[in-house]
Amino acid sequence: MSAPVLYLDGVSVVFDGFRALNSLSLVVEPGELRAVIGPNGAGKTTMMDVITGKTRPTAGDVRFRDHDLTRLDEAAIATLGIGRKFQKPTVFDALTVFENLELALKAPRGPIACLRWALSGEARRRIEAVLDETGLQARAKDRAAILSHGQRQWLEIGMLLMQDPELLLVDEPVAGMTDQETEHTAALLRRIAGGRSVVVVEHDLEFVRSLGRRVTVLHEGSVLSEGSIDHVQNDPRVVEVYLGR
Amino acid sequence: MARLLSVLLVLIASAWPAAAQDAFDAAVTGLAGGFSQQAEAVERLGALGDPRAVPVLRALSEGRLLKRPDGNGVVPPAEAAPPGAEPVRVNNRVRVALRGALGRLQLVSPDPAERLAAAEAVFRSRDAANAPLLEAALARESVPRIRAQMELSLAASRLVAADADAKRAAIAALGATASTDARGLLLEARAANPGLLAEIEAAVAAIDRRLSLRRMAETLFQGLSLGSVLLLAALGLAVTFGVMGVINMAHGEMVMIGAYTAVLVQEALRGVPALLPWSLPLSVPAAFLVAALVGAAIERGLIRHLYGRPLETLLMTFGVGMILQQAVRSLFGAQNREVVSPPWMQGTLTLPGGVEVTQNRLWIIVFGLAVLLAVLAAIRLTRFGLEMRAVVQNRRIAATMGIRTGRVDALTFAFGSGVAGMAGVALSQIDNVSPNLGTGYIIDSFMVVVFGGVGSLAGTLVGAMTLGVVNKVLEPWAGAVLAKVAVLVALMLFIQRRPRGLFALRGRAAEG
Amino acid sequence: MSVALASPAPPRAAVARNAFRWALIGAVLLLALLPILNRLPADSALHVSDFLVSVTGKWITYAVLALAIDLAWGYAGILSLGHGAFFALGGYAIGMHLMRLIGPRGVYGHPVLPDFMVFLGYRELPWYWLGFDHFPFALLMALAVPGLLAAVVGFLAFRSRITGVYFSIITQAMTYALMLAFFRNDMGFGGNNGFTDFKELLGTPLNTPNARAMLFYASLAALLGAYWICARVVGSKLGRVLVAVRDAESRVRFLGYDTTRIKLFVFVLSAVLAGLAGALYVPQVGIINPGEFSPGNSIEAVVWVAVGGRGTLVGALLGAFSVNALKTWLTSVAPDLWLFALGGLFVLVTLFLPRGLVGLLRRREP
Repeated sequence: MSAPVLYLDGVSVVFDGFRALNSLSLVVEPGELRAVIGPNGAGKTTMMDVITGKTRPTAGDVRFRDHDLTRLDEAAIATLGIGRKFQKPTVFDALTVFENLELALKAPRGPIACLRWALSGEARRRIEAVLDETGLQARAKDRAAILSHGQRQWLEIGMLLMQDPELLLVDEPVAGMTDQETEHTAALLRRIAGGRSVVVVEHDLEFVRSLGRRVTVLHEGSVLSEGSIDHVQNDPRVVEVYLGR
Repeated sequence: MARLLSVLLVLIASAWPAAAQDAFDAAVTGLAGGFSQQAEAVERLGALGDPRAVPVLRALSEGRLLKRPDGNGVVPPAEAAPPGAEPVRVNNRVRVALRGALGRLQLVSPDPAERLAAAEAVFRSRDAANAPLLEAALARESVPRIRAQMELSLAASRLVAADADAKRAAIAALGATASTDARGLLLEARAANPGLLAEIEAAVAAIDRRLSLRRMAETLFQGLSLGSVLLLAALGLAVTFGVMGVINMAHGEMVMIGAYTAVLVQEALRGVPALLPWSLPLSVPAAFLVAALVGAAIERGLIRHLYGRPLETLLMTFGVGMILQQAVRSLFGAQNREVVSPPWMQGTLTLPGGVEVTQNRLWIIVFGLAVLLAVLAAIRLTRFGLEMRAVVQNRRIAATMGIRTGRVDALTFAFGSGVAGMAGVALSQIDNVSPNLGTGYIIDSFMVVVFGGVGSLAGTLVGAMTLGVVNKVLEPWAGAVLAKVAVLVALMLFIQRRPRGLFALRGRAAEG
Repeated sequence: MSVALASPAPPRAAVARNAFRWALIGAVLLLALLPILNRLPADSALHVSDFLVSVTGKWITYAVLALAIDLAWGYAGILSLGHGAFFALGGYAIGMHLMRLIGPRGVYGHPVLPDFMVFLGYRELPWYWLGFDHFPFALLMALAVPGLLAAVVGFLAFRSRITGVYFSIITQAMTYALMLAFFRNDMGFGGNNGFTDFKELLGTPLNTPNARAMLFYASLAALLGAYWICARVVGSKLGRVLVAVRDAESRVRFLGYDTTRIKLFVFVLSAVLAGLAGALYVPQVGIINPGEFSPGNSIEAVVWVAVGGRGTLVGALLGAFSVNALKTWLTSVAPDLWLFALGGLFVLVTLFLPRGLVGLLRRREP
């Protein structure tokens, strides 16, 4: 059995006495697509923050392959190969779709390297491939500011693809989407998953079912249940948390 | 024995005027005699303790006392000089006697200032013979400050006495003071009293301890005083910037407007002399209103169009500040104006332990704390404060609850500006009232708010006081300017450690 | 030399951009003619006064400062209210050189020490004055000292993620603290009076037409160089990263960019350019004193950029020239009005012209 890509053990985060995460443990294997669900305030976003270095855990281990993530900042963690898609899509409005992708493209990130950067044929081909994949070819020269909500989501997913991460964290990718857009997104995510590990946080149970993979249920900062979607939906504790009130 | 008698005479002088009358007249007549008779008469007059002797002796010492041409005594200074009268001449011996006698007489003068001066003069004279006089004067004295000086002088007189026990007591008494004079006296006495060296050294050490304590207390007071100036200047900003998040670079000009309101109130009350001493307290509400109105106008007219764009707000309000400054300069001229302190704010106050504080600084501390409490009360206890906090926490939900958020914004900004205006009234007492009064305070105010923690009034208080005290502690060995620079640099480094200030909001609320 | 973001633009904007470029080249050529026209006989119709040459030379250095501010603020979103300090430090470095060149021609006639040091009873030059008798060293310091200060302040601030108005206030406090410090006599920089009474630079006596022309062309060359550097930066991927940092810094971090390093790079570059501007300014105006550090100066320079249009290099140039032309004119005809006008500009631009004059000219563009 290969070593896990992501390994969280006993992670706690305390804000002013409030336990956002309470001894959370989670293991993600290489190539795995994992859905994380849970009611509001279960700690899903805080978990993402801890993995990507935005929030420092009060206690516990966070490892990515053999790197200790608790000692690194956001940029270093992103460079290691962890990409994150935010709940609210954030793309750079003042830049074109093409430029957004160009910024995300895996390349040296220092100021001098950026100053000297010249777009090679290889890089251009990669960007165009992602434009094709996300269906944004026609909008390549448009400013991101004028994209529709769905297109922004796809641009952000496209930027993640450009980063070529080993582990992808996706926060509520279909919130506010039309059914058609949701379908397109699910397909996109399944296709991306291919060689990499993906963690998807989502409210929408139907969407999670459509992904058809292993599900982790968070509640009050720790894991309540884990398994297939059918398993967790029949877990009495999950039923109580979701329907009990 | 004669001295004891004269002391008794002093004590009964008021009760028995007739007897004193005779002795007084006889002594005055003696002034016209030969030098030794004169000296005796002077000492008698000194011992009698009759205040009427003061003008006579003073005239004598200044060479203005005239001898009657008929040789029958002297002309009292109040009387017109008869023709042919000649001034009384004195020699050195008489002069020495005069100084002592005047000093003694003034010890029982009805004028407290004169008594204090006399007690100080006696201290300098270092004459053991003064001890009984001081004891007598002490028995009648009730003003604490004069009593303290008399006790000091008494100890000084005893220190030169022959009696070793009296000396020991005097050293102990001097050691119990916090006076640099006493310290100097003791150091001087070391040579003459090799046997008492240990006692003297101990007394000096005790004085040094007390002096350094007093210096610390005075530094602390100055620090708190500067701190309350900073507090006053920063409080309005703590509301507009700290609570609302609006960066108002014209804040200093709100302070300036408050100070000019005080000038105007004073001018307006010139015609009403009865109210003039109260012009400063009356300026406080006036300054609040004027600055609040200007603030409300700026918020409604300009700032509200820039919510969510802090950098633009910063630039815009800086421009507003410039316009306000120039407008005041055009209206009032560029020269400094003065706001007169009411009498009850003038002078100094001596606290126990000899710590001296100026009244107006003390009032500013009191005023600063009062304004802080008023702001706290307004935010915590009033309906307006509740709505303000609601809007700050969640504008949309507050709006759905029927709070008119635009009105709350305007009122909050007006409130913060009004508080700045009140600060201006206080600053008019310690700073020049000029159009650029506010510019000197704006950076300090921001530093206080950022240091204390944005959004925390307790932080503003602690921040202001800390900065004030640190500034004053550094000043003696770094100089005022370098102390200020050092504080600024230290603040920048502090923000490294705690970017959100001393009293930071932590956790999710702060992640914004 | 693309002016704004190097993005493929619709044809109409491209035409506008070309027009801008030609206008710019024309303006530079016109400026370059001024010292030559100054040499024409005074009764010639094309004669240009000494005043106009020297005041334009001064504005050119202001334009360099405006470019520096625009690079940091307009592109990277770093609003520094302390750029006047970098400008002043560059000026002081060259001022030290000019003071050394006075030599024994000072009032006290001391062969080495400047007058103020003799007056204050200095026995020898303080160590930090050594080397300033060499022009290349002084010029290096005029760039290195502001750069170093920016590196230290920027590192401390960016590392603790001090952004937005907090950074602005910190930089304002920085220039304020420097002003207080330079006012002190024992700093060894002439205290209140600063440096003045300069005699010569590079062997040319100052206040002569030759010196004016030399400094004018040096400033113009510096402006072109600064423009080239800025255009190179904003036209590269680094420029795109800066814009991204300006609009959503944390998102850039999650893309793996070390935004602290990126911001530090551009802030230091900007401070060096400001230092260069100050170094060219001081020999032209003939004086430098602690007043140059006053926070008002820095914020006034920010308004040039705001008026011209931040986020475009042309805008910075346009703003620096137009606001200063207004200032020169207004302070001569109605000095009391100038502060009203300047204050009014702050209000007007932020409320009604967020993209400045350039935005006004390019109105039809999306």
